[in-house]
Amino acid sequence: MSFRYGLRTFALELLMIAVALAFLFPVYALVTLSLKDPQQIAASPLSPPTSPTFGNFGDAWERASFGSALLNSTLITVTSVVLLIAVGSFAAYFIARRRTGLGYGMYVLFLLGIVLPFQLGMIPLFKLVDDAGLLGTYQGMVIFYTGIQLPFTIFLYTGFIRALPSEYADAALIDGAGHMRAFTQVVFPLLRPITGTVLILNAVFIWNDFFTPLLYLGGSAKETIPVRIFSFVGQYVSEYGLVFAGLVLAALPILAIFLVLQKYVIKGFSSGLKG
Amino acid sequence: MLPPWWFAVPALLVYAVVVLYPTGTGIVYAFTDWTGIGDWSFVGFDNFTKLWDDDAARGSVVNTLLLTIAIVVVQNGVGLLLALGVHTHIKSRALLRVIFFAPAVVSPVMVAFLWKYVYNPKPGEGLNGLLGAIGLGSWRQDWLGDPDLALWSVAFMVVWQFAGYSMVIFLAGLESVPDNLHEAAMIDGAGRWQRFRHVTWPLLAPAVTVNVMLSTIGGLKLFDQVYAATNGGPGYASETLSTVLYKQAFVFGNYGYSTAIALVLALFVSAISLVQVQILRGREVTAG
Repeated sequence: MSFRYGLRTFALELLMIAVALAFLFPVYALVTLSLKDPQQIAASPLSPPTSPTFGNFGDAWERASFGSALLNSTLITVTSVVLLIAVGSFAAYFIARRRTGLGYGMYVLFLLGIVLPFQLGMIPLFKLVDDAGLLGTYQGMVIFYTGIQLPFTIFLYTGFIRALPSEYADAALIDGAGHMRAFTQVVFPLLRPITGTVLILNAVFIWNDFFTPLLYLGGSAKETIPVRIFSFVGQYVSEYGLVFAGLVLAALPILAIFLVLQKYVIKGFSSGLKG
Repeated sequence: MLPPWWFAVPALLVYAVVVLYPTGTGIVYAFTDWTGIGDWSFVGFDNFTKLWDDDAARGSVVNTLLLTIAIVVVQNGVGLLLALGVHTHIKSRALLRVIFFAPAVVSPVMVAFLWKYVYNPKPGEGLNGLLGAIGLGSWRQDWLGDPDLALWSVAFMVVWQFAGYSMVIFLAGLESVPDNLHEAAMIDGAGRWQRFRHVTWPLLAPAVTVNVMLSTIGGLKLFDQVYAATNGGPGYASETLSTVLYKQAFVFGNYGYSTAIALVLALFVSAISLVQVQILRGREVTAG
């Protein structure tokens, strides 16, 4: 259909931009306050910063020990996502290729985990992690995320693998490769689109998760960004400039990655959930 | 040539330790008076009758449902409007998509802290300041401090963060509507509204299913935002099942009672999503 940019489209354009500006008001407040010192905030909190100060960011970085929180979040997210992809894709391959009996039973078992709220097992699991001496450790969090996100990961992989012809793997097996090699070298590379989705959705979830890291890591040196910012905000609650600089620091890494990979992230979020 | 069974063993092991065993034990504890220390005994359905008699807990069931309904309706309504507005020939469409979606990738706790400022009761701060600046000073409210408003303020904050998420799912649905169907409808003399009602809307059904299910489950389980913004207050005004079961467990140490509330939540989530899936899947059609 040919298209002409007419008055109607122009009016819609203006309307949508106005909506976006209203939508961005909280972000405007966030950035503005983070750039002001206490006197400027007391004088007029929401006016545009005429003489922006960047001191809040350095202070927030130091007082929240933001560097260590960034490292903790990165290590926990990367390790968990790698494990999820490895463990999940292997299991899904088995489940997708055996649609009856054991394979089907396992599929149903894993799907159950998508619906059940994790709070049902929250206390027994907390006790388990405590007894194993894994509170305040990376390992505890990584095992938790691998287990809790497996159902969703296997669900995504299984759907994708079922639509994939099995001839590729068969050819490799006939050529004398073992099952392990056939999967890792032939099948797994074919899963790249869904692996991208699995990676993005799990990474965003784990990076932003708050409740479990608060329980398992709160007060330890291994706190992730949301937990660290939570206690930071509690401590400096009345110092808006400082708190908001902390929030900007905390949101920046994931927003930056999102802006660079926006096409993939949006695609992952909008396609991965169709089942 | 089927893959060997041991391909699934690592996944099963982790899943059993992290999900199956704790969930199984949790269900058992829901029928006990376990407090984490000392002996415990089975108390039948006592925890559930206690939930019914406990005003705060019963209120939290109502709050959870109200909050979920508000989020499902408004988030998807706004998401659909945004998608329809962006799925056009406007020049800013690519940028707007990114702007509206961006909050969805940020941690909900941080969004809650930001909105705690936006909802600042002082007349010159946050939303109240903005309302004053545009001449709507009389609309100022104590957004999170007023018991009649707190729950809705939390819902609005969640909608702000995730309306863009609904939007991208609707956009994926809109992109799957073939152009020639619209052209055919136009040739047949269908107006804008008729084309939306009879061509676009039926084909959006799968996107509606995904969006409604996602926001329902998210709404029922909502915790981080409520915890960070109001912690259930003022009083019990914005208490939800998630915050009540959290407090029963980690503030009062009533582990048995807490898991009973979690079981009620689990039943709500399963029952509601099961009904939804039946209804929503039934109205899905394809363009083929």
